[in-house]
Amino acid sequence: MKQDASNATAQSAFFSEGFKRRSRYQLVFILLVFALMAITVLNVNTGSVAIPVGEIFQILLRRATDSTQYSIIWKIRLPRILMAALLGGGLSLSGFLLQTFFGNPIAGPFVLGISSGAKMVVALTMIYFLKFFGQVSSWALIVAAFAGSLLAVSFILLLSRRLKHMAVLLVAGIMIGYICSAVTDFMVTFAEDSDIVNLHGWSLGSFSGMSWDSVAIAAVVVGLMAVLTFLMAKPIGAYQLGEAYAQSMGVNIRAFRVALIVISSVLSATVTAFAGPISFVGIAVPHLIKRALNTSKPLIVIPAVFLGGAVFCMGCDLIARTVFAPTELNISTVTSVFGAPVVIVMMLRRQRGR
Amino acid sequence: MSDYYFRTRQMTVGYDGVPLIKDIAIDIEKGEIVTLIGPNGSGKSTILKSITRQLKLLGGRVFIASEELQRLSYKDLSTRMAVVLTERMKPELMTCRDIVATGRYPYTGRLGILSREDEEKVEAAMTAVHALELRNRDFNAISDGQRQRVLLARAICQEPEIIILDEPTSFLDIRHKLQLLSILRDMAKRRGITVIMSLHEIDLAQKISDRIICVKGDHIARSGAPEAVFDEAAIRELYGIDQGYFDPVFGSIELSRPEGEPKALVLSACGTGIPVFRRLQKQGVPFAAAILYENDVDYRLARLLAVETVTEKPFMPIGDAAFERALALMDRCERIIDAGVAIGETNRRMKALIEAARRKDGYERG
Repeated sequence: MKQDASNATAQSAFFSEGFKRRSRYQLVFILLVFALMAITVLNVNTGSVAIPVGEIFQILLRRATDSTQYSIIWKIRLPRILMAALLGGGLSLSGFLLQTFFGNPIAGPFVLGISSGAKMVVALTMIYFLKFFGQVSSWALIVAAFAGSLLAVSFILLLSRRLKHMAVLLVAGIMIGYICSAVTDFMVTFAEDSDIVNLHGWSLGSFSGMSWDSVAIAAVVVGLMAVLTFLMAKPIGAYQLGEAYAQSMGVNIRAFRVALIVISSVLSATVTAFAGPISFVGIAVPHLIKRALNTSKPLIVIPAVFLGGAVFCMGCDLIARTVFAPTELNISTVTSVFGAPVVIVMMLRRQRGR
Repeated sequence: MSDYYFRTRQMTVGYDGVPLIKDIAIDIEKGEIVTLIGPNGSGKSTILKSITRQLKLLGGRVFIASEELQRLSYKDLSTRMAVVLTERMKPELMTCRDIVATGRYPYTGRLGILSREDEEKVEAAMTAVHALELRNRDFNAISDGQRQRVLLARAICQEPEIIILDEPTSFLDIRHKLQLLSILRDMAKRRGITVIMSLHEIDLAQKISDRIICVKGDHIARSGAPEAVFDEAAIRELYGIDQGYFDPVFGSIELSRPEGEPKALVLSACGTGIPVFRRLQKQGVPFAAAILYENDVDYRLARLLAVETVTEKPFMPIGDAAFERALALMDRCERIIDAGVAIGETNRRMKALIEAARRKDGYERG
């Protein structure tokens, strides 16, 4: 935000409100960055082997590749943390885009069945590749997840032409999600094989076992999509007033809608490919962030949603792996516990608002 | 023909490739206010949606200044045309100022950050519609009248040459209707912004518009200056009115008259009869009125509501024919209502008529 401009504009009453708002934005961003750093440190520090905060930097700087602590941090915890941050941010952005697209705050990749669609095709791809090639690349999984996402999205879009009522559309999305999950479970059950055992864990959602290669790929894809989303902040803002108004402001609606769907699908596909379906993050985070900022201005909201999603997922992952250690919880178990109440409160508020 | 700012030629509009109205020819000069009137579902919105490119034209051409609408990019169009639509939007967490600021969209950079100049234009637009005090209110928390003004400010700050409004007065009470229309009037005359809108209130349409277009289902029934378009028969035909009347002079509407043999005779002049006429109409009593000069305001209403009206030419002494007719009516009616008549030089015989009425059983003061 423009800090230098704030003093000059504070003179007139019309602009002083803008100053107040900018201060609020700054505060929220500072808090988010602070939370991000705190949770990163906490995440590196906690686990079955506790590594004191003071030692973390020393260990990393010394690069004592032979020490166990170095291995734990470098090979297990850091990639996992970064992945949770990247995927959490991507998932939240995906939710934000879908909410913009459908003009409904309860839309999200999980609710609309997009995550489950991706999961189904990824499971299929995994089983096929492992059977015939013995391995599967991250890119193949992303492509498979993207195909699955698009499959689910196009089905939703097809339905949305007929079902004008948003509630019915959401129910349809949830049903699609169940069907895809059922198909996935079916395949996983009958593909039971030593190689595929971990498929079961993946299909429930987890950030565990991330490699640096996966982190690099996720960083490239999610980073690119996040930048594209940010560059689309202006038309997204126009679209919030409705399609007709957006068009009258000069937005090419058709191209815009396609871009929105493709970006949100790629984002949720990437998440599903690496961590499986993760519920409620896509709805809860954008909502909380908008409330905190008290605005829906995309230019401000988009980066904050990304940061917020990262913090939320890192926090949830920390809980998932430490609360019942050594047993790990599925990430969705934790995100649901925190995300679902947010969604319920949100719906209650909306009801009251009417 | 290049004098016109906005023109359509053989324009055909409709939904999903099905033509609804064909061969529409509209010519509008810069700074004119043009109003589409017509019954519900007659295609007013379809025409407006077509000229704002929300709907694809099914045929013909539309020109803004000298450029063809279909050839303009959305971006170019957005600096010429702004809209105020009927659909209700529910933006999340946006203040009125945020809403108005979206009007600057075509002029801001890649990320849509407002410059100081943009901010000033937003403020000016809000001032122009008397909505500056709403700037920090949540858009969802204001009244319908305020909302329409904010949306109009949004359109104004888009700095268009032409503003299209679809039924802008629909949800407004009379005060806000008048307020909104006078802002439009002001905008059109002072800034030369062309206004095309649809209105339900034909009385307001008549008073604000420079040009009226009557849309009737599958064709344009009439178009032109309000004086030319508004006559009783045309409006009756356009809306298919079968109960009640439309008075084109003041744009007022009346419910239909109680038909039958007159049961009451109203003696009035200069407006004293109007409340009596209305009372009788509500009670469903067929009545006659006498003796009214053809320029009397009572006459304008009696003409529509009374089953029989005895009249005299303006500024002339009351003649025998009228006097006799009034006397005859007095005999036929059970009630004679004297609403109060000012007696002057020319209508002196009214005095005699009232005296005759006083001697009747059915005489009453109205």
